Amino acid sequence: MSAKQKKARSAVISRSLDNFFYSVYDMGQFIVRFFIEAFKPPYEMRELVRQCYMVGYKSLPLITLTGFITGLVFTKQSRPSLAEFGATSWLPSLVSIAVIRALAPLVTALIAAGKVGSNIGAELGSMKVTEQIDAMEVSATNPFKFLVVTRVLATSFMIPILMLYMAFVSLMGAYVNIHANEMTSLASFFENAFSSIKFLDFFSSLIKSVIFGFTIGIIGCYQGYNTTQGTQGVGKAANTSVVTAMFLIFIEEVIIVQITSWFR
Amino acid sequence: MHKPESHIDKTKRVISIRDLHKSFGDNHVLQGINLDIYQGENIVVLGRSGTGKSVLIKIIAGLLKPDTGTVQVLGKNVAALSYRELEQLRLKIGFSFQSSALYDSMTVRENLEFPLLRNSRHLSRAQVTSAVEKALSAVGLAATINQYPAELSGGQRKRIGIARTLIMQPAIMLYDEPTAGLDPITSDEINSLINDVQKQYNTSSIIITHDLTCAKATGDRIAVLLDGRFIQTGSFDEVFGSGVDTRIKSFYDYNFIT
Repeated sequence: MSAKQKKARSAVISRSLDNFFYSVYDMGQFIVRFFIEAFKPPYEMRELVRQCYMVGYKSLPLITLTGFITGLVFTKQSRPSLAEFGATSWLPSLVSIAVIRALAPLVTALIAAGKVGSNIGAELGSMKVTEQIDAMEVSATNPFKFLVVTRVLATSFMIPILMLYMAFVSLMGAYVNIHANEMTSLASFFENAFSSIKFLDFFSSLIKSVIFGFTIGIIGCYQGYNTTQGTQGVGKAANTSVVTAMFLIFIEEVIIVQITSWFR
Repeated sequence: MHKPESHIDKTKRVISIRDLHKSFGDNHVLQGINLDIYQGENIVVLGRSGTGKSVLIKIIAGLLKPDTGTVQVLGKNVAALSYRELEQLRLKIGFSFQSSALYDSMTVRENLEFPLLRNSRHLSRAQVTSAVEKALSAVGLAATINQYPAELSGGQRKRIGIARTLIMQPAIMLYDEPTAGLDPITSDEINSLINDVQKQYNTSSIIITHDLTCAKATGDRIAVLLDGRFIQTGSFDEVFGSGVDTRIKSFYDYNFIT
């Protein structure tokens, strides 16, 4: 019996709570299927590269802009507090810790959830309601492998790379502000910035970004792949992809920060 | 327009359906379907919207699983096949969707190449291009090769959808509402195309429709689906001739066929 058929039956606890648990169960099955299909040949390498390009390269302008502004504004806003104690020389290390530990992974993931997650949800949703996924299946192509596995892998690979890029651009934004006020050289800025950064900071941010990327991809694909109710459903899939992914990203952030703090 | 003479081989059964049942919750869509389709035969499944016509061909293509009953396609029980075996069988089945189901992000060329590149990897680039051009010529749309589906009319999209299935040279064609939403002239062109495909590729076809003009023009045999069962099968004249069932007559009267 499918989850949809189960839903149609009378409520066990309450309709909304039942639906929530059925959705969690469905999602669990979807994730298990992803791992099974991801490791089973044949591999869709060409489509994976295309999706990496779509997720990574196409997000660069937005990531560049938001990253630069984040670094610049964060530095500008932090300056007065540090200036009160005559500690503006701490700005590079303060900014780098904030950017690498928290801002870059979180801001990159939130931007990707909005841009990439909604795109995946809408694209797959549209393919579902116009029978393109069925057409793929009758063409003897596994649509789950071709559409879902490639997109989830692409987000899982590319979000960490985008995060590193955003961290670099944010630090450049911070440097612009610091250079304008203190005439600090770039070499000196980076020396100060990285003096406080440990391997664990980079590593935890990378792991965090992989998890965020996986979340964005799997939620977008799940919503799109299970779209119903025609074009109205496509809009709903795109919207739900963004909202759910952002919600989960914040929860994952809290959990990962807590786990990382045990190792510090 | 009457269906031209076709060569049906009554000794070769390509699809055999026995006591097929399918329900969605409390909605019992198919309630004991029995049908045989022979080599070279075009059979039209006629019925009102929501009677389970599309469900029937989706079960044949393995997109849906039956609750009970068997569907044998080219001698194989579809429900009992592994995913790999089903993929191999699907290469012999062409499915023309009601919405055409062309991939929006691909050009016409890429749409046609898609099944070929993935399932006939041994072919050279020149052979793939030749196959695409041949399939497009068969549907009379060679000039659209570099266009995107959004740039095509509804009739053109239907034709390209049929061309995409022809490229794998299927033994069986399944048409889901091939003339739905088309003007009478374009519908007539699609009907002719269905007959041409049958002649050129020697396919056996199931044509799902509620359009009696299409049924008359393309069907060697008509099967009328009502309340989950075939209430009558036979040639167009047998089904709609004298002494016709009142439920079928109302369908006929509504279509104003001449």
